This record gives sequence, C-alpha cells and structure tokens, in this order.
Amino acid sequence: MSDAEPPLAAGRTITVAPLTRIEGHGRITLQLDANGRLAQARFHVDEFRGFESFCLGRPYGEMGALTARICGICPVSHLLAAGRAGDRLLGAVVPPAAQRLRTLLNLAQISQSHALSFFHLSSPDWLLGWESDPARRNLFGLMAADPELARAGIRLRQFGQELIERLAGRRIHAGWVVPGGVRSGITETTRRWILQQLPEARASVQLALDRFVPLLDGPLQRELASFGSFPSLFLALVAPDGHWCCGDGSLRLVDSLGRVVADGLCDHDDIAVLAERTEDWSALKFPYYRPLGYPEGLYRVGPLARLNVCTTIGTPWADRELAAFRGRHGTAASGGRIAIASFAYHHARLVEIVACLEGIEQLLVHPALLRGPVRAVGRGGSRAALGVSEAPRGTLFHHYSVDANGLLTGVNLLIATGQNNLAMNRTVAQIAREWIPWPLPAAVEIAEPLLNRLEAGIRCFDPCLSCSTHAAGLMPLRVTLLDSDGQVLAERTRP
Amino acid sequence: MTLGSRLRLATVWLSGCSGCHMSLLDLDEWLFVLADLAEIVYSPVASDCKIYPSQVDVCLVEGAVANRDNLELALQLRARSTVVIALGDCAALGNVTALRNLCGPGVQQSAGEALDCAYRHLSDGEGRVPTAPILLPRVLPLHRVIAVDGVIAGCPPTAAAIRAALEALLQR
Repeated sequence: MSDAEPPLAAGRTITVAPLTRIEGHGRITLQLDANGRLAQARFHVDEFRGFESFCLGRPYGEMGALTARICGICPVSHLLAAGRAGDRLLGAVVPPAAQRLRTLLNLAQISQSHALSFFHLSSPDWLLGWESDPARRNLFGLMAADPELARAGIRLRQFGQELIERLAGRRIHAGWVVPGGVRSGITETTRRWILQQLPEARASVQLALDRFVPLLDGPLQRELASFGSFPSLFLALVAPDGHWCCGDGSLRLVDSLGRVVADGLCDHDDIAVLAERTEDWSALKFPYYRPLGYPEGLYRVGPLARLNVCTTIGTPWADRELAAFRGRHGTAASGGRIAIASFAYHHARLVEIVACLEGIEQLLVHPALLRGPVRAVGRGGSRAALGVSEAPRGTLFHHYSVDANGLLTGVNLLIATGQNNLAMNRTVAQIAREWIPWPLPAAVEIAEPLLNRLEAGIRCFDPCLSCSTHAAGLMPLRVTLLDSDGQVLAERTRP
Repeated sequence: MTLGSRLRLATVWLSGCSGCHMSLLDLDEWLFVLADLAEIVYSPVASDCKIYPSQVDVCLVEGAVANRDNLELALQLRARSTVVIALGDCAALGNVTALRNLCGPGVQQSAGEALDCAYRHLSDGEGRVPTAPILLPRVLPLHRVIAVDGVIAGCPPTAAAIRAALEALLQR
C-alpha cells in the first residue's frame, strides 16, 4: 500500500489467490473494517512483461509473431491487430480474398476461445455446482460427470484450433497474417474439411444452449441478477451497416439505453475519447470514457458489448439466438435492447459461437475465397498507424510509430481485458456485497463456494491477464494523486 | 508414484503467455486417456486448489521466472515434486519473456526501465508503478533457480510433443 491509498479502518483482509480457471495471475481482496463490514473489494492483476518497452527498435514486420506471444489463447487477435497496423504503415490495400481469410481465421479463434471459456473454464461452476468439491470442480471433473458435454466442448475447441492450424500452419502463434494480407491462400481440401466439420460444431453449441439457458430461469437466477449487473457503456466494432463484426469495421459506443454515444471511430485521434487511469494496487490500468469522467465512464467490451452494440448479426440462426438473448436479458429501460448483466457474457459467448459458425460457412461458400492474390504490395503509407481487431474478449488496439527504416519508435497496446477492469472490480464488489452475510464476525471464515463465486464474477469476463498488462497507454492517461484521506492533491493528463 | 495408483500431475504457469497450457489442452480427446492415468492435483486451468500440494509426481512448468511470486512458486514446486519439467521455451530458455532483459542500457537497469516505460514515461512522469508484482532484476529460465529434470521444447511445444513426454513419464 502506498501513501496515496485512502486509509481503511483496521480490519482483516480476505484474499483469494491465485485465481483459478482464469488466464493469468490475479487475486481478489476483501478489506473489512473493524466491525467486520465490507470496506472495499478489489480485483488485482499481478503480472507485467514489458512488451511495449522491449519491442522498441525492432522491425515492425516482427510485431505479428512477437505480440502473438503476449497470449497463447488469442494470438490471432494480436496477429490481426499487428497486421492491420502494418497494412497502414505500408499503405497496402489488402486483397479481398485475404480480407476474407483473415476474418475466417478470427471466427475460428473466437469459436475455440469461447468454447474454452464456456466448457473448460466456467461450466464446472454450474454443471458440477458451486458447492461441489474444489478438487473436482474443473474440466476433468466435468469429463467424469458429464462426458458427453465435456467431449462436445473439447471437440468444439478442437475444431477452431484445427481450422487455425490448417489455414495458418499451426494452432498457436502462427505468423500467417502479415502486413498487406496473409502468407498463403486456402486449399480446396481445407475448405472441404471445414464444411464437413460444421454440422458437429453446430450440434455442440446447440447442446450447450439447451443445457445452459434453462438454468438462467432456475438455479442461476440469482447469479444473473447479482454478478455485475449494472448500467454502463458498451464498445465494439461494427460493420458499415451496423451488423456484428469480427473483421474490419469501425468502433461504436452505446449506452445502457441503447443510444449511440459515439460512432465511426477508426483512427488514433478518434479514440482520444477513451482515457486511462493507473492505481498502484493493480498492474492493470483502468480505461474509461473520458466525457463521463472516472469511474463513471466505465465501459464494457467483449461478447456482451458486441451483441449490445450491433443492430443484428446478419445470419439466420445467430439472429434468432440474438433475438432470444435480447428477449431474455434486454432491460425494460432500453426497450429490451440492451443486456446489462455481466453473467449474460456466458450466454453471449454461445450466441457468438453460432455467429462464427454461420460466418465461417458464408465465407467458405463465397466464390472469391479461392481466387486472386492474398497479399498486396505497399504503396507508401505513414510513419504511425493504428490496428484494431475484435478479440474474443473485446476490442484490441495496436498503435505503432516507425522511423524511416521501419524500426519501431513507439509501441502502444490497448488490450480487451484492460477495458473491462472497472467493470470486473465493480462486479467483485457487487458479489461480495450481495452474497456474503455482513458483518462477518472475527472468527468466521467465508465459505469456499462464496469465495469461488467472487472468482466466477471475474470468469464472466473471460479475462486474459497475461495480455492485459502489456498496455503502455495507447490512450491519453490521466493520473490522480490522492492524499491519505482520499482527497485529490493533483491531476495530470498525458495528451 | 506407488504402483497401481494414478500419477499425481501438476501444471504451473509462471511468466509467459499460457500458450503451453493451450497446447496441453490441444491434447483434445486424449485428455480422457490422461484422466485415467493421472490425477491433476494442481493446475491453473484445471483445478481450483490454491496451495501447491505435496508429493507431486510430475510438474510441468510453463513460463520464465520474472518476479518474486514466480520465484517463490518455483522453489515450492521443486520441494514438493519428484520430477520437474520445463514446458516450452520460456521455462527452458527465457524466450520472449526474457526479452525484457534487453530493455534500457544494461540488464541491471532493464526491469526498472520496462516499468518506467509502461507506468512513468507514458504517463507524463507521474504514473504510479504497481506495488505488485515485484520484478526480479532479470528474467531467468527455470533451471537458473531450481533443478530441472527435463525439457519439452517449443513455442509452444506441440500437443504431440507433450503427449510423447507424458507417455514416457507415465511409464516410469
């Protein structure tokens, strides 16, 4: 704790660490006051790798393969963001076939990553039960208790991973997306293989929907209402027609009533509406929407945000699932349009897998997929460029500056998970308030299933903590110095 | 490992990208076979156990040793495991995680330089450096802090390589 921390009345601290079935290194603390009441609940991220520093001086063309190593779950997102920044640096117009192949790769990645989050990491909480033995409450426990569902999840993830491998050469860290396009086209054999796999993948996601959605009316009702349910802004890429978009698009921000707050954001200057604050108790910064201030400018990204922001998805089954999703989760205040419950992220992931599978099929039957060049030559670009992609967890930004030799002079990464930091903290606080019987007598410990629920609040967001702490501050950064009473002593903003 | 009982298997991630654990999950349906042969007693992706248990037969360690938390866990898992395997290039060699050592004018300043870049230089000189994690002066491969019994190479190792290693270990 630094001097800048607000003082807390003496009381014990309850720590949940390490967080499990969550990617990366994090912990949750509950600070109690002297009377055993909850004074503060926090989600801390405890890792730092320093990509933004050691990438300086390296050729920009390395960034795809290098930044893929930020995250082994969503390396494709970094490849795409690095590739798109590289397109702009080069002034390369990516050929249509390469655009489609990049989107195909991203849809495969979102499918596998969402399958991992839903089946492998989160479903043990409700399929095996919150109260079940912590030693068994995991993928292997699920494989023993419900082999059919576990196998469906494993094979659905395998489908996404194998598609990536067949397209890009390897499952993890394939350096296939390059500035100007992709390294190679798709073969007819691969195209046919994917089409053959789709029916099973569809059946697997249908099985998950059939098993999960009814629980929301029964045993998971209270979780749905109390795991991070609050109004906020939502940010995502959309296609030019407003449709759900995991390819090239522009950014749109909507509020919890469904009103468009900002739209058409594409460039580095456009995203100056986002700002970022640091706190010394977490390695992860706290992005917010500048016009609303901190922390009121809290916004969410990822599957829930993408479904809230888009008008429709644009494929038949996914649009039916989206209508059902909005019918179930949409608030009355928004006319049934906007879901504010963070627990609905899980449901949103399943809807997005449907969207991905339909999107993959649409791309595969497009006659232009197999035709034409897949990489363009640069026509003279610029010395600084922004690359954006929709990662499984939300919008990802890479911004690079280069010198005349193409060596990096500036690297700024803004990661999806970071943008959910305020929301994750608020979720932990809401669960702590609503589930734990306060005040807590000194000798009483919090039961393990309740502590697991705090972690499950974080699991809703499927965070990627090893990704998230590499952000050096793409956005203007606002720093506030507080005295020991929590009064603001000074504030400075990096433009 | 006592005869007839399942292997007590742990997996740990230190400082890395989780890609080696994703490769482990890329064993896909062979995970059902693994479940018959081994009991996962500690794993960030497949266990809710918060304390590294004792009497672990085999521990697969992903990631390099970059901070004090990593170091403590490395020492603990070595003391409580019979066989420790470096899973992937970060644990074996430092790899991309150890590129942090190249920050700044010399390795002795590299950790501070990397933190300054992220939290001070790019924050108008007043950014607050987080109190955790406490970085080691340089990122180290696993064998520099504990004895390592084997390596599964790759960034990440393929699922086939992990399976071959596990099958060999299961036959010990």
